[in-house]
Amino acid sequence: MTDIIRSVKDLIEIHGKPKREVYLDSENSGLIFPEALEEMISCYRETGYGHPSITHKIGWMSYEKMFKSTQILADFINSSVDEIAYFHSGTEANNVAVTGLARAYKNRGKKIIVSSIEHFSVIFPAEKLENYGYRVVKIPVDEYGFINVDSLSNAIDKDTLLVSIAAVNHEIGTIQDIRGLVEIIKDKNPQTIFHTDAADALGKINFDVDRLGVDLATFSGHKVYGPKGVGVLYIKEGIKLEPVIYGQLSTQRLWPGVENIPAIAGFAKAIEIIRNNFDTFVFHMRSLRDDLIDGLLENIPYTLLNGPKGDRRAPDNVNVSFLYCEGEALTIELSMRGIYVSSGSACTSRLLEPSHVLLAIGRKHEEAHGSVLMKVTPMHTMEDVKYVLSQFPQAISRIRSLSPLKPEE
Amino acid sequence: MSTRIPLPYGPKVLELFRNPKNMGRMEDATVVAVTGSLACGDMIAIYLKIDEETQVIKKATFESYGCAANIAAASIMTEMIKGKTLKEAWNISWRDISEELGGLPSIKYHCGVLAVGALRRAIRSYFENKSKPDWLPEELTHEEKHALEEEKLVEMIEKRMKRKTN
Repeated sequence: MTDIIRSVKDLIEIHGKPKREVYLDSENSGLIFPEALEEMISCYRETGYGHPSITHKIGWMSYEKMFKSTQILADFINSSVDEIAYFHSGTEANNVAVTGLARAYKNRGKKIIVSSIEHFSVIFPAEKLENYGYRVVKIPVDEYGFINVDSLSNAIDKDTLLVSIAAVNHEIGTIQDIRGLVEIIKDKNPQTIFHTDAADALGKINFDVDRLGVDLATFSGHKVYGPKGVGVLYIKEGIKLEPVIYGQLSTQRLWPGVENIPAIAGFAKAIEIIRNNFDTFVFHMRSLRDDLIDGLLENIPYTLLNGPKGDRRAPDNVNVSFLYCEGEALTIELSMRGIYVSSGSACTSRLLEPSHVLLAIGRKHEEAHGSVLMKVTPMHTMEDVKYVLSQFPQAISRIRSLSPLKPEE
Repeated sequence: MSTRIPLPYGPKVLELFRNPKNMGRMEDATVVAVTGSLACGDMIAIYLKIDEETQVIKKATFESYGCAANIAAASIMTEMIKGKTLKEAWNISWRDISEELGGLPSIKYHCGVLAVGALRRAIRSYFENKSKPDWLPEELTHEEKHALEEEKLVEMIEKRMKRKTN
């Protein structure tokens, strides 16, 4: 397949610079706290260029930086430092959790259970294991994305090696009752290992690995307003994982290559900021989220909220479907108004299929095509939300005006 | 969200997205055709005003539900066929459209195909109760077949999802 690789300089020029810009696409790539970015830069300058496993001063200094950063994260999730493993991304951490576990427990069960709304970095490695004798079972969810507990309970048997369910869904913000799910799973089979992709949970809900009883948990730097290029896997003491990539090892048994100390330091800085402001941030994001959701649903007809409302929805998540309005076109229309969002439309996908999460909660294809995903952050303001709400109705009207099928028909 | 792909559109696509030419319903159209559907996420309606004597397209407009490439493809096609005979219009290919737009990313070729499919459907329906010209093939062309396939796509995805979820 030969695709066009070209400069988009002219495209950006024609797009022009909008009078105001609001970046709401932290699902795909997150905004970074300025302090976390500063930390990365100063870390790189001072010690971060060093290798933590080499016997010289710079090596020891970078080891010290890494250790302190890990301590911050471990404290925040209530784990020990030894239970933290680093990777290049949340995607990589999820891959190691699934594939690394299967490789380490070859003689246990061959069944892997995931929810039907998991991130592709869990679903795809699980499905890949089907080539090696494993069976993947997908648990359905209700119209808000909550796990069907009976289906889960029925699916667990003595052959079940792993259950992987995200604590907070990345697209529709559903907060699962992880502790309750763990109890059901361990009750049916105490040997079954439970992994949760907690990339969207960290910093948004209280996440204490001990209280929740999880065996493995994934976190991602850019989802907590730290840098991208760093993911973490919490691995409960006693759980074994085999590496998925190989090379020169250093501090990390599962992650060969040179540790990215500045990214780890930036991640820790972001965690520190969140830890010091947790309640304020959650309250702030919730009010921005609800203003956005209410404003869109009240002022624009033929609009649906995707995912739950209130306390069982992640504080940052806004996902709304606009009927008769194709999502890719809408992202571009909004972009020209300085509002940067993403869509679950098939048109934005490599597979030309709409979001699997929206289809799993029972949305029709046309409802998924018209979806827009936005994530507010502690850095957004009420003014940002007001601007977004002032632009949306016109943007939707324009895209709807192009369509051969209009709401009144 | 779903699995992403970069879409470095040519500037012409964005220009036509922002200011589409010949956009809107034509009340006195000689013939109308639609390809795609809301469900498959791509839909194009083509309206043609045809001079009955000369079989020249006097005016062409479109409506589109779809991505920027879809809108731009339909818009540029209406520009390209204006003043052309039906025979000349029939011979426009999706590649001509892509070229006119400065090249579409390969994953968006189908937008050009869908636009041509709509045009050919419109031309075919114009000749429905008339004597067919010899340049009009009996069998559906690739573009028309593609439109049919795309219209069936939703069913296929739904079947596959059902198979995978317990």
